[in-house]
Amino acid sequence: MVVGKSVHRVDAFDKVTGRARYTDDLCDRSAYVVKILHASIAHGYVKSIDTSEAEKIDGVLYIATCFDVPDRPFPTAGHPWSTDPHHQDIADRLLLNRHVRYYGDEIAAVVARDEIAATRAVRALKAEYEELPFVLDPIQSMQDGAPQLHAEFPNNILAHTRLSDGNYAEAVKADDLICVEGLFTTPTVQHCHIENHICFAEEQNGKITVTSSTQIPHIVRRVVGQALGIPWGNVRIIKPYIGGGFGNKQDALYEPLCAYLCTKVGGRAVKLDVSREETFVSNRVRHAIKFHLISWVRKNGDIVARKVECFSNQGAYASHGHGIVAKGGGAIRQLYPTPNFECDMYTVYTNTPASGAMRGYGIPQAMFALESHTEDIANRLGFEPIAYRQAHMMPVGYFDPFSKNVNYFDSLNQCIEKGKAYIRWDEKRKAYAHQTGDIRRGVGMALFWYNTAVWPISLESCSCRMVLNQDGSLQLQLGETEIGQGADTAFSQMAADAVGVPFESVHILSTQDTDVTPFGTGAYASRQTYVAGFAIKQTADILREKILDYAHKLYRMPVQVLDLIDGRIVRISDGKELGSLSELATEALYSLSDSIHITAESTYQIKSNAYSLGCCFAEVEVDIPLCKATLLNIINVHDCGRLINPALAEAQVHGGMSMGIGYGLSEQLLFDERTGRPLNNNLLDYKLSTMMDHPHLEAQFVENPEPTSVYGTKALGEPPATPCAPAIRNAILNATGVAINQAPMNPHVLFARFREEGLV
Amino acid sequence: MQTAVVKCTINGVPTETVVDVRASLTDMLRNEYRLTSVKKGCEVGECGACNVLIDGECFNSCIYLAVWADGKDIRTLEGLLGKNGELSDIQQAFIDEAAVQCGFCTPGFIMTAVEILESKKLYTRDELRKLLSGHLCRCTGYENILNAVEKTMKRRLGVE
Amino acid sequence: MYDMKALYEATSVAHAIELLTEHPEARIIAGGSDVLIKMREGKLAGCELVSIYKLDELRGITMDEAGTICIGPLTSFSHITRDPIIQAHLNVLGEAVDMVGGPQIRNIGTIGGNTCNGVTSADSASTLHAFDAIMVIQGPDGVRETPIRSFYRSAGKVDLNHNEVLIAIKIPKASYEGYKGHYIKYAMRNAMDIATLGCSVNCKLSADRKTILDARIAYGVAGPVPMRALSAEAAVKGLPVAKESVERFAKAALGDVNPRTSWRASKEFRLNLCEQLAKRALTEAIRLNGGEL
Repeated sequence: MVVGKSVHRVDAFDKVTGRARYTDDLCDRSAYVVKILHASIAHGYVKSIDTSEAEKIDGVLYIATCFDVPDRPFPTAGHPWSTDPHHQDIADRLLLNRHVRYYGDEIAAVVARDEIAATRAVRALKAEYEELPFVLDPIQSMQDGAPQLHAEFPNNILAHTRLSDGNYAEAVKADDLICVEGLFTTPTVQHCHIENHICFAEEQNGKITVTSSTQIPHIVRRVVGQALGIPWGNVRIIKPYIGGGFGNKQDALYEPLCAYLCTKVGGRAVKLDVSREETFVSNRVRHAIKFHLISWVRKNGDIVARKVECFSNQGAYASHGHGIVAKGGGAIRQLYPTPNFECDMYTVYTNTPASGAMRGYGIPQAMFALESHTEDIANRLGFEPIAYRQAHMMPVGYFDPFSKNVNYFDSLNQCIEKGKAYIRWDEKRKAYAHQTGDIRRGVGMALFWYNTAVWPISLESCSCRMVLNQDGSLQLQLGETEIGQGADTAFSQMAADAVGVPFESVHILSTQDTDVTPFGTGAYASRQTYVAGFAIKQTADILREKILDYAHKLYRMPVQVLDLIDGRIVRISDGKELGSLSELATEALYSLSDSIHITAESTYQIKSNAYSLGCCFAEVEVDIPLCKATLLNIINVHDCGRLINPALAEAQVHGGMSMGIGYGLSEQLLFDERTGRPLNNNLLDYKLSTMMDHPHLEAQFVENPEPTSVYGTKALGEPPATPCAPAIRNAILNATGVAINQAPMNPHVLFARFREEGLV
Repeated sequence: MQTAVVKCTINGVPTETVVDVRASLTDMLRNEYRLTSVKKGCEVGECGACNVLIDGECFNSCIYLAVWADGKDIRTLEGLLGKNGELSDIQQAFIDEAAVQCGFCTPGFIMTAVEILESKKLYTRDELRKLLSGHLCRCTGYENILNAVEKTMKRRLGVE
Repeated sequence: MYDMKALYEATSVAHAIELLTEHPEARIIAGGSDVLIKMREGKLAGCELVSIYKLDELRGITMDEAGTICIGPLTSFSHITRDPIIQAHLNVLGEAVDMVGGPQIRNIGTIGGNTCNGVTSADSASTLHAFDAIMVIQGPDGVRETPIRSFYRSAGKVDLNHNEVLIAIKIPKASYEGYKGHYIKYAMRNAMDIATLGCSVNCKLSADRKTILDARIAYGVAGPVPMRALSAEAAVKGLPVAKESVERFAKAALGDVNPRTSWRASKEFRLNLCEQLAKRALTEAIRLNGGEL
């Protein structure tokens, strides 16, 4: 059995030798180059674009402006399509836009023979605008009279939904209630995968083939078809290795534009290689969400009533839209169940870059607000913060009627115990209780709530194909994608065990090609290991049946006494090895009397979901005069069920923690209030953590096998990024007594707060 | 188009090619020599994905003109593999320590690790953090990369 | 690919001066970590470049009989840090340039480029100011010297004519002998960052380590160009080695500085840092001199 073992990644050799091919490595040098003209106003209309100077530049082949492209709006979100028009993603995108909705909106594109000609031509394009007032903040954007971004959405409200339990208005009238209120602000951040989005398109066999750095090839195929108004089958998407995605590439980014431009130059290959500066502004960002929490509690700590308002900054286009804040609201509702609960969630267009999916999908924002607020309630009532959480958090046995999720285990307490022990919580809380002086330390923690995959909100299905090679090795194909997280390795491990072959004889096809690969919606929602488990097991069962059926013919034994174990056909009645799978496979394929190519393919529709829970503990040192918080120790503890590959799971948690630390302490995309222009859209000015900005990252696990999963597994990809910022916030509060309700808690924010509190 | 002849040694092999003077060393290595381990992540020297060794020191090849490579000894990740396809110890350590995820920053990191290891010095973990700080990685939190470099350094120096 | 009009490779300083005279629009490129990035951004697109990268005569660090330390402007930051002369006499400079960017940037970035681009945040500039460095410049009419304080004219502008080349940075013995210094770079990250504020302090104590004979302080990002805080220096001269002296020094520095508000940091925050870093840098410089506070 290889599930549960820390085998090496199947792609590691190629990645440490430079043999792994990414999109740009596959593009022929003869491909034409696309460069985009981005709007230099935050809101308005393009009146005209003078292309005359650009056309004169040697090497320029084609210029498309917003006046040329079809008026055929399309959606971009990497969601499974819905056949119900009411559940379809909002189609508010055009290939290029006359109505400029954010600083950086695409208004024209140049195809040229080389990069320099294309860049020069973009610079030579002269756009004239009719400028309109713009709005950067979602709450301002909802006000009457605010600039309107999309005519179909009055007051810029893309969606407003309400969660409601009990009767909040009545409940707050009770006597002896203490009201705790908090406003929390989270920043706009970007995914910062090291490979920028890149794609190239060419016509082959009468189809448009787009090779792209995407997480979701099958979804992109549909979106390209929709955007170009061509049958989806006429689009082929190839997804090679990609240099990270984290949700940004869970959107159709520039594949539609690239495919369109390809058709404009006679189907020749065109490459669209996005710069880092463009990645920050014109791809997707994480929704910045403002939260207002009001809790009515009793002296004993009971939360009698809670009201939440969330204002999610969608930016200029719908992308993943309301799903993000809705997931966050659900987490707030479930992590501390409250009898009288009201949560209003607004997703609001503003003149900023489009917000989409990003690792955590609304939960990092919600946890920052909720776990800060919970800390404040505990402090206000004089409870030890962990004990307070333990008394009020989602109990074992909790059932969510919508997702049908059950909290089967005491995961949260088990995770808390590990975290407390590692950080030496009790000892440090005591030691840090009465500090004075310039430099102070503190410890803090936060819980997180997550769920796995997207059922029942949208389709969950996974398809798998297994092909038995004539040597008994196995080819494995799934539509679910390797984006760096180690999916291919986990799939191979599960397949090896399910079929009964050695891990080494599983050959996974890492590249997805929508003409060849079975349908799968791709890498998102921390879903792949969970959902692929069902399809792999089901397909393996079909394959095994065929193999054992052939073994029955070959060895003249009843199928019921045969088994396939580690690549050997075994008679289980006496344990005798009858032959190897390799011999069987060769015979099966080449037999003159009974030849069959043993393959299996199946689709499994998943109609379940699973909680993934855990916590983060952090210890900080705050230099008060310098307004700097330094992280000294940090641990994440996760219950993601049974670990398929412990070493890779641990590595994935490290990466999520790093993103969570950046979210808490340093990362933020800034905009000029006067122009809406992005200020720091590069890796120097956007403060992604370097190796010198982290302490040791400790990742630990509690393994309660998830009952709904064949392999006992559930979400791990995103959860690690969700609890770090509030744990750090609570540690800073413990150190200084100052509550910082705004992330990132960088020196500028600390300076302002310390000054308010008279500390500097 | 202004061109220049660039004669240099690449991964131990003397080479010569004509380049457009506007080319960066990244352009030359990727396009002329198909050394695609040299990755483009920012093209302004901020991410380290294009890092190569020039005369034994690490440089972001994206902000190094190809013509400056004339007369230099250049090494890329492709050069580390042994004659019979055997991995170097640092490559193996990246595999063993699960230091690879998406793999896009990996070549640059490994080449900086080579410079560190070839100094034959014993560094503390904090010193290693500083020596490796010119590379951004979004997948690993750097933890296992640091482990891979530290373990290989100690193994080479016999101080395990 | 960089959008440059032409690249001229200089084979000597004199050749570089000739090329610059011949091409009045051309820009000098040394290591390129500044010029190439501006070219990529489009700011210098279509520009002609005169490359001095290959002029090895401008690399290296020497000391003459008089004890003057001469730094070749093309010396990379990493070579400065590793240089034995620097380590023995100007360790603070080696430490300061070891905080520039990251290792690869320190291998390509040059101290000449760091100063000639006239940027206030340059990590080398405040320490060079604190040591009263002399900039040696060669032009068509010969060689001239100028103190670093008058070299900086305004943000991004230095006292260097189009066809002049910085050929050396000199630190006279009097500037460093008996002094020990400390540089603090305050930035948002511990690597790959530019200074929110930089502060370099060096000082000389009496033989008994009880009195501050002299202290020099220079800032980066406390104004449009790197600057000395002369009233702070005057205020502390001759004072006893004591916490109060350090406080007085730091308070006095606030009268000299002139930071501005930008999206990178507010004026108020930078002022706070000016005071705090002055204190901490002087405290450390005193400690390095064997003084006790």
